[in-house]
Amino acid sequence: MQALEENGVSRRGVLIAGAGVIAATAAPGAEAQPMPQATVPVSFEVNGERRELTLDARTTLLDALREHLRLTGTKKGCDHGQCGACTVIVDGRRINSCLTLAVMHEGAKITTIEGLGRPDRLHPLQAAFVKHDGYQCGYCTPGQICSAVAMLDELKAGLPSHVSETLTERPQATDAELRERMSGNICRCGAYSNIQEAIREVAGVRA
Amino acid sequence: MKAFSYQRATSPMDAAAKATVTPGARFIAGGTNLLDLMKLEIEAPTHLIDVNGIGLDKIEKTEEGGLRIGALVRNTDLAAHEDVRRDYGLLSRALLAGASGQLRNKATTAGNLLQRTRCPYFYDTQQPCNKRKPGSGCSAIGGVSRQLAVVGASPACIATHPSDMAVALRALDAVVETVDAKGMARAIPIADFHRLPGETPDVETALTPGELITAVTLPKPAGGKHIYHKVRDRASYAFALVSVGAIVQKDGSGRVALGGVAHKPWRVEPADALLRRGAKPVIEHLLADAQPTAENSFKVTLVERTLAAVLAEARA
Repeated sequence: MQALEENGVSRRGVLIAGAGVIAATAAPGAEAQPMPQATVPVSFEVNGERRELTLDARTTLLDALREHLRLTGTKKGCDHGQCGACTVIVDGRRINSCLTLAVMHEGAKITTIEGLGRPDRLHPLQAAFVKHDGYQCGYCTPGQICSAVAMLDELKAGLPSHVSETLTERPQATDAELRERMSGNICRCGAYSNIQEAIREVAGVRA
Repeated sequence: MKAFSYQRATSPMDAAAKATVTPGARFIAGGTNLLDLMKLEIEAPTHLIDVNGIGLDKIEKTEEGGLRIGALVRNTDLAAHEDVRRDYGLLSRALLAGASGQLRNKATTAGNLLQRTRCPYFYDTQQPCNKRKPGSGCSAIGGVSRQLAVVGASPACIATHPSDMAVALRALDAVVETVDAKGMARAIPIADFHRLPGETPDVETALTPGELITAVTLPKPAGGKHIYHKVRDRASYAFALVSVGAIVQKDGSGRVALGGVAHKPWRVEPADALLRRGAKPVIEHLLADAQPTAENSFKVTLVERTLAAVLAEARA
């Protein structure tokens, strides 16, 4: 970057110069290096539909979903991976969509809250959240539900957690397990007890 | 976030070669720490090399009877791997004590080793920090230091290394394998991988520019009871105030490494020999040169009591 600026070509200028591979003006004596493109094409599947985008490399998966694909069900809370509001399911796994670049997901299968259920055909966890009033303001809810869907799959697959008593036996769907496994989703309204009720019903935890 | 160009690497050597010829380049794998820091412009790479498509995502047995963990194995997969759960329970437990389900699904083995400190002054770009801006000073010394280092620190930096996984790897005598742009492989013992801050706290590891971590290897299983105790301000999803990773054999011998107390996972091998005499002499040896601040001197007591709890559990 320094070398480019010394030559009177700012990085910004290079980026604005456009798409495609461009040869940067190299510092005297240095080998000319091909500059990779500033916007990057990416193609992935969202809720079963193929989507093709050309994005500024900085675009997070969260911003691609919300701002480019207008799937605003996924929420931006802290934008730093601390609150879980942006949780989506990528290739079967829950992740924080704010802490990953969209262009890193070429070929991925992404499920957002819009892909889990519809108003007339709710996902069992969506129905359970309604039944148990698992929210107050609702802002964290899409993240809570996406997280819970993938979390129950993790539990079913036998993945251990911090509170699992042993590493060798299959973990059970207990209250302690559900709470620990949902710790990446914060609810500022404090609706945790109802969120827990909703998830434990779907998980089949006996009272 | 500052603008950067983006490229996908095709092999480990290709990644190292690309990084070597591009000053200001960084590798990106899980991205859970790097992107967080890029949003705050604490990290501002001019070029990102995406290493997600280059393999390095397997866990295999080594000829020596140990395990080779690919650099890109996700924390979730490593913690859940059958061999790790059976033979290296300390590693599973440490991983599961860190971060959240979502983060562990993305975070990689190499990325976890390379994560940056959570010192509040490293994050606050309005404050001096020798790690973020070399030569600017250390705001933590004389500042809010409750979370920070008690041993191995320097007048330039009292940050801690935040990883739980690295504490387990230190106790397990792991080795970090790397490759450079010329294809030269190198094996770095975990003890030498992370540096103490000294006068250059911005230099955190033994890696040279462009050098890429390819794997972490574990020697053959050590047996014994594997215990990881982490003490933190919340029951889940919080960094350690202190942590203790230990492997304790039936005869009471074993090894111990500490987290949350230093700029690197903290182990002093001669202290292991004192394990049969209880927590106090071990911690006295491990923290012999401790220079805690008024705000974090509680860690010295806390870590001794945490080790005492670990040893009690080992005997149970």
